Amino acid sequence: MGAKIIQFDQGWSCLQKGITKLKKILEGAPGGHFSSEEYMALYSTIYNMCSQNSPNYSQQLYEKYGESLTEYIRATVLPSIAENHGEFMLREFVNRWANHKVMVRWLSHFFSYLDRWFVSQKSLPRLKEAGLVVFRECVYEKVKSNVVACVIGFIDKEREGGRIDRGLLKNVVDVFVEVGMGQMGGYEVDFEAEMLADSGEHYSRKAVSWILEDSCPDYMVKAEECLRREKERASHYLHSSSEQKLVEKVQHELLVVHAHQLIDKEHSGFRALIRGDKVEDLSRMFRLYHKIPKGLEPVANVFKQQVTDEGKALVQQAEDAASSQQGSNGAGAEVGLVLIREILELHDKYMAYVTGCFMNHSVFHKALKEAFEVFCNKSVAGISSAELLAGFCDNLLKKGTSEKLSDEIIEETLEKVVVLLAYYSDKDLYAEFCRKKLARRLLFDRSCNEDHEKSFLTKLKQQCGGQFASKMQGMVTDMTLAKDIQTNFEQYLGTNPNVKPGIDLSVTVLKTGCWPNYKSSDLNLPQEMVKCVEVFKGFYDSQTKRRKLAWIYSLGTCNIVGKFEPKPIELVVSTYQAALLLLFNDSDRLSFSEILTQLKLTNEDLVRLLSSLSCAKYKILIKEPNTKTVKPDDNFVFNSMFTDKMRKIRIPLPPMVDEKKKVTEDVDKERKYAIDAALVRIMKSRKVLGHQKLVMECVEMVQSIFKPDIKTIKKRIEDLITRDYLERDHEDSNMFKYVA
Amino acid sequence: MPRATSKRKAPPSTSASVTSSDVVSTRPGKKGKKEVDKIGSLFDVYANKTLDMIDPEGIVSLCSHLGVDHTDVRILMLAWKMKAEKQGYFSREEWRRGLKDLNADTIAKLKKALPGLEKELMATSKFEDFYAFAFQYCLTEDRQKSVDIETVCELLSLVLGPKYRSQVDVLIKYLKVQSEYRALNADQWRHFYRFCKEISFPDLEDYDSDQAWPVIIDNLVEWMKENKQS
Repeated sequence: MGAKIIQFDQGWSCLQKGITKLKKILEGAPGGHFSSEEYMALYSTIYNMCSQNSPNYSQQLYEKYGESLTEYIRATVLPSIAENHGEFMLREFVNRWANHKVMVRWLSHFFSYLDRWFVSQKSLPRLKEAGLVVFRECVYEKVKSNVVACVIGFIDKEREGGRIDRGLLKNVVDVFVEVGMGQMGGYEVDFEAEMLADSGEHYSRKAVSWILEDSCPDYMVKAEECLRREKERASHYLHSSSEQKLVEKVQHELLVVHAHQLIDKEHSGFRALIRGDKVEDLSRMFRLYHKIPKGLEPVANVFKQQVTDEGKALVQQAEDAASSQQGSNGAGAEVGLVLIREILELHDKYMAYVTGCFMNHSVFHKALKEAFEVFCNKSVAGISSAELLAGFCDNLLKKGTSEKLSDEIIEETLEKVVVLLAYYSDKDLYAEFCRKKLARRLLFDRSCNEDHEKSFLTKLKQQCGGQFASKMQGMVTDMTLAKDIQTNFEQYLGTNPNVKPGIDLSVTVLKTGCWPNYKSSDLNLPQEMVKCVEVFKGFYDSQTKRRKLAWIYSLGTCNIVGKFEPKPIELVVSTYQAALLLLFNDSDRLSFSEILTQLKLTNEDLVRLLSSLSCAKYKILIKEPNTKTVKPDDNFVFNSMFTDKMRKIRIPLPPMVDEKKKVTEDVDKERKYAIDAALVRIMKSRKVLGHQKLVMECVEMVQSIFKPDIKTIKKRIEDLITRDYLERDHEDSNMFKYVA
Repeated sequence: MPRATSKRKAPPSTSASVTSSDVVSTRPGKKGKKEVDKIGSLFDVYANKTLDMIDPEGIVSLCSHLGVDHTDVRILMLAWKMKAEKQGYFSREEWRRGLKDLNADTIAKLKKALPGLEKELMATSKFEDFYAFAFQYCLTEDRQKSVDIETVCELLSLVLGPKYRSQVDVLIKYLKVQSEYRALNADQWRHFYRFCKEISFPDLEDYDSDQAWPVIIDNLVEWMKENKQS
């Protein structure tokens, strides 16, 4: 309308005055502010120049805006930074940035009309942004390398113990960040990368000298301190995003690069720390390596090695001890007891480290497990590891062991045994041995405590599943039932005095199925015992319907009184031995063959029997001739002059079959069935499967009970092919198909 | 009318010449019948009258006429050609099948056909079939699934020997020495051939015991490796 047209030069000179005043204010001149009138004047000048239709000076003014800034920078800012050094340069840098921001703010206020619509119309950067960019391009880009070098210099100085102006450094860093205007690229590339590289070098140098001079604990203390300091540094004057990177860098140089040298240090490394039980140092090692990805692996490996070595040494010791005691009978067993106890102690010791210093970390649990798996499964003196462990348990649970342990200790030890069992690969073999020994304990009343037996079985069940200990639990229950039957039998005798057999008889009735298989051999019983058997049979038939009793004389005990001339002595013998001795009630002298015919035993059994009564500690019978072993043409005479200081003696009879062999055979048989069942199950669900996969899945299926032999699996596959459960694919011999 | 007389039928001599030409022509049916008859009568020469089959005695006789030992592999090949089911016996059907296939109706022709038969079988695809047949042929009892080691060794030598002499020698040596197996089944038999065919010998470089080879072959390889060192 009637607005005055402003010519460029006219308008510009007005603005120029304003800008000059602004510069003066920035330089610190007094009277430094704009009154609202001055501000309005500047603003409206620009407004007019930009809104008038022609000539429209928007474009030129936009350019002039930028120019004013660049001019000022060239004339004043850059030189002021350039002529300073070190700390002063940094201060200038910081100050000039602050100033620049103020200048941009004011100028963009003045020129703000441009922002309204010229800027977006021409798709140009807004004034403020454009203004800041100017600093970046004209100042920052030019001085940044000097600034960075300077800052890094200060950081290193501080690392060496010098004092620096942390606030100043923080300010510089802030400038770097702000100049990026939301993008971290500038900070990261221009400053952070350099800083990290320098830090890396710094610590790399330190590490190289420390690793040679310092002991492992000392080195670790230094490393921990360095990390702490760097973290603190980062939080004080670096950008937060740098902290993690810096820590990682330092960790890498100090801990990762020299990991093996540190951990394996001869007299102060991991192994030495374990040997010296240096809990604090070990914990420190854990703390340091814990944060590094995969950092704990080398530590865990050395741990595993340490445990394995110690374990293997124990096994070797046991082996040596056993072979030096070659002649003695129970050598292996005794050595075994010691070994298991030592292994349990070893486990306690190292588990304490795992839960303590190593904070229960899974990688150490795994290392411990793998180490134990290596040596626990070794056999000693020809006795398998499974049998050794079973023997140990037997010793704990039976009466009459030399050491009297308290109930709590027994419970605790049993608990630990069950934990140890997890490392054994032949768990089924262990279970079988346990079962055999349990049977002995129960039947010969050698168990120390029924509660312990029950609690042990419960623990086994918890660890290995319901199936594992079910048979044994059945056996324990059976004993209770058997006692009830015995009580009923005694009542029965009380009410039927006429059937009394004349001898005190107690019978234990076992349910087949959970007890081990016992052969009942055809012993020819003496008359007195025959009557006992008949009487009991009568009782039992009256109590139950259609149950058959199979008498296992090999498990029986008999107390008979030997009427020797010096004094009568009560002999506790097995039923077999009793039957033999009773023959001498009818004749003083008997030959081997006569006894053989009368008792109806096998040759080997009779030899064993007679040896126990004539060639062992107590000579109830005199053998003619008086040689060391029993021969088929020997004769035997009742030793009426036998005597002993005790009134009652037990005459042991060594067991019949090679128990160990039978157990191994039984277990092998069970394993074949288990493998067959697993194979069929897998093939039934998969229908078609390759050989390697089949083997792998089979192993997986049974491994909680035992570690299967690959060859056995292959053989079972072949067997299943022959029995038409599986067939090979016609084209690919490596594929199997399920035959429905 | 002379034309009427010319319409008289041709004299019989013409039809006679037609018949004789029939004999010379190559109409298969009539000629085939003659040939089959020849085969049939050849069968009767060797067959046991009561059984109506060629029995072991007959085979021995046949072999002597062919100039071949009755344990020769070519008799086995002949049995294969016939798809004979029972060892030591050829039925009429089988005899016919075999000889017809070989285009032989006399002993002389049969003898001549044998080398051709041998050559035919050495071509791999047929050989595999023949190889499997050889084992099946030894299963004389009903439901029998395995063949004793002695026989297996002989059979290996006979059937696989010509192609893989060195492997077979080692294989036989091992089978005689080992005590784990006293008889072998068809699956194991089949794998002997695969072993000879696929595994480089005698270094056994590409043998992978993780594959589904029967255990007996794993054991063989182990044994070979042990003995190689000594």
